[in-house]
Amino acid sequence: MVDGIDASADGPGLIAIVGPNGAGKSTLLDLIAGQKTPASGSCRLNGHEAHSMPRAALCRLVAHVPQLVPGEIPFTVEEVVLTGRIPYGRGLFENDEDRAAMESALRRTRLEGFRERRFSALSGGEKQRVLLAAALCQEAPMVLLDEPSAHLDPENEAEMWELLKELKAAGKLVIVVTHHLGLAAQHCDRVWLLEKGKLAADGVPCDALEAGRLERVFRVPFYWHQNAEGRVFLTYGR
Amino acid sequence: MRRRAVVVMAWSALGALAVAAVCPFIGGSGMDYGKLWRGEGPDWGIFVNLRVPRTLLAFLTGAVLSTAGALYQALLRDALATPSSLGVTAAAALGAVAALALGPGDEAGFPVVWAAALGGAGVVITLVAALGQVKRFTSFTLLLTGIAISGICTALVLLLHSMAGLTKAFQISHWLMGGIDAVEYSVLGWLALVLVPVSWWVLRQARILNVVSYGEAWAVGRGVDCRKITWQGFAAGAVLVGTTTAVTGPIAFVGLIVPHLLRRILGPDHRVLLPACLFGGGAFLVVCDAISRSVLAPVEIPVGVTTALLGGPFFVWLLWSR
Repeated sequence: MVDGIDASADGPGLIAIVGPNGAGKSTLLDLIAGQKTPASGSCRLNGHEAHSMPRAALCRLVAHVPQLVPGEIPFTVEEVVLTGRIPYGRGLFENDEDRAAMESALRRTRLEGFRERRFSALSGGEKQRVLLAAALCQEAPMVLLDEPSAHLDPENEAEMWELLKELKAAGKLVIVVTHHLGLAAQHCDRVWLLEKGKLAADGVPCDALEAGRLERVFRVPFYWHQNAEGRVFLTYGR
Repeated sequence: MRRRAVVVMAWSALGALAVAAVCPFIGGSGMDYGKLWRGEGPDWGIFVNLRVPRTLLAFLTGAVLSTAGALYQALLRDALATPSSLGVTAAAALGAVAALALGPGDEAGFPVVWAAALGGAGVVITLVAALGQVKRFTSFTLLLTGIAISGICTALVLLLHSMAGLTKAFQISHWLMGGIDAVEYSVLGWLALVLVPVSWWVLRQARILNVVSYGEAWAVGRGVDCRKITWQGFAAGAVLVGTTTAVTGPIAFVGLIVPHLLRRILGPDHRVLLPACLFGGGAFLVVCDAISRSVLAPVEIPVGVTTALLGGPFFVWLLWSR
């Protein structure tokens, strides 16, 4: 449930949606993806109501990676990634353009060696990379990800954030729901902090994630640190 | 994938053609092949007017029942979803039996029985689709609902049967056993006119059905209108099942056995699986019909009995190995 959120974004950019459990992060992402209909108000993409856009046109504009995808998908990595091309045509088979987009997505996510592997046989982190590859294959200017690093180890997580920054550099608007406030502060150029369905803060990380505000929202003390090299870190805990 | 799909389709079509070419020669009564070759009666008449239309009817019926099974399994993402387990077959049977029992005269015409079977199948599949989308029932709950609907429909069929007169009661009993009888070529023509375009539409949805089988959240994010494809798919399945049931009576397990066997052999890609189900299902029922008319000759077993005797154990094995 979200209420009274007034925000807009323009690409390229990397925006984090953060907030406690149940704050409405995934709901907001679903509204932007046109997968939920607002009871009142509107959510517009390029001037069009997201939920009432034709689905294929919407998905050429927005690639959405949901939080929950069944792990037992009995298809190969290549086939899963190629699902990103569905918005571009309803033919039975993929064309050369589709295959080129798939190859590019596999390369960017370093999955070339996995193409014939069954999705269901992959680890949680590998699956997450495959889903991200499918979103890249969709070639949409806007990429929405719901907790994409939930199953990733530190190495894969760092790689994923680098990839998200690459997408931003390529001109895309990337919006990511995450619980990793420190990584959001480190990598994103804007943060939407949600509290009980409302927008508690919207701004650059050091402003939006101000320690006192975070303590009020999350009910746990937060601390900003700076090391000798000038890098800032966000930690929390009593 | 395109090459594999074409190869599998060509081989399954060739296999089905071979089965359909051989099976009309198999039957309870011996056939004088010399007379048949010369086009002399009665063998030529038996072959052309009984065996060939019967084989064609078995092929059409098996093809669409197994295609409908694969379609429902994809839409509900459940291996146990079939026209029978969802209650569609029983509802079509109720419609047809109502037309047979309540219609004027001793025998209801095919268009009336067809319309009634189609109506029954349509009502139930609308109910199932509405429960799935409005009440957000899971596929497991929908299958339980289908079992309940089947029970209600079967009870009503028995009620109609007990209230019908002797002639109609016999007619209903015969129809309920599920059988492939010789039909006129005009009826086959009407069946093909309805079933071929609907089956073609189902085959054209193969790539979308692949994505639907990943789960609704993923499919919606790839531009698939899940609500629309579910309604369209359920409607197409109801037309396929209702139409064939009107002619043959309820034939169980074809929609379960064939898609599952072929999925194990060929994998889950519907671009390969659906054409294979179409030809494989047709060939399967042609073979079952040949077994039915020859194994206890001159007594003929209804083909529904043969498919149930093969399908029942398979169903148990499926549950066991799930």
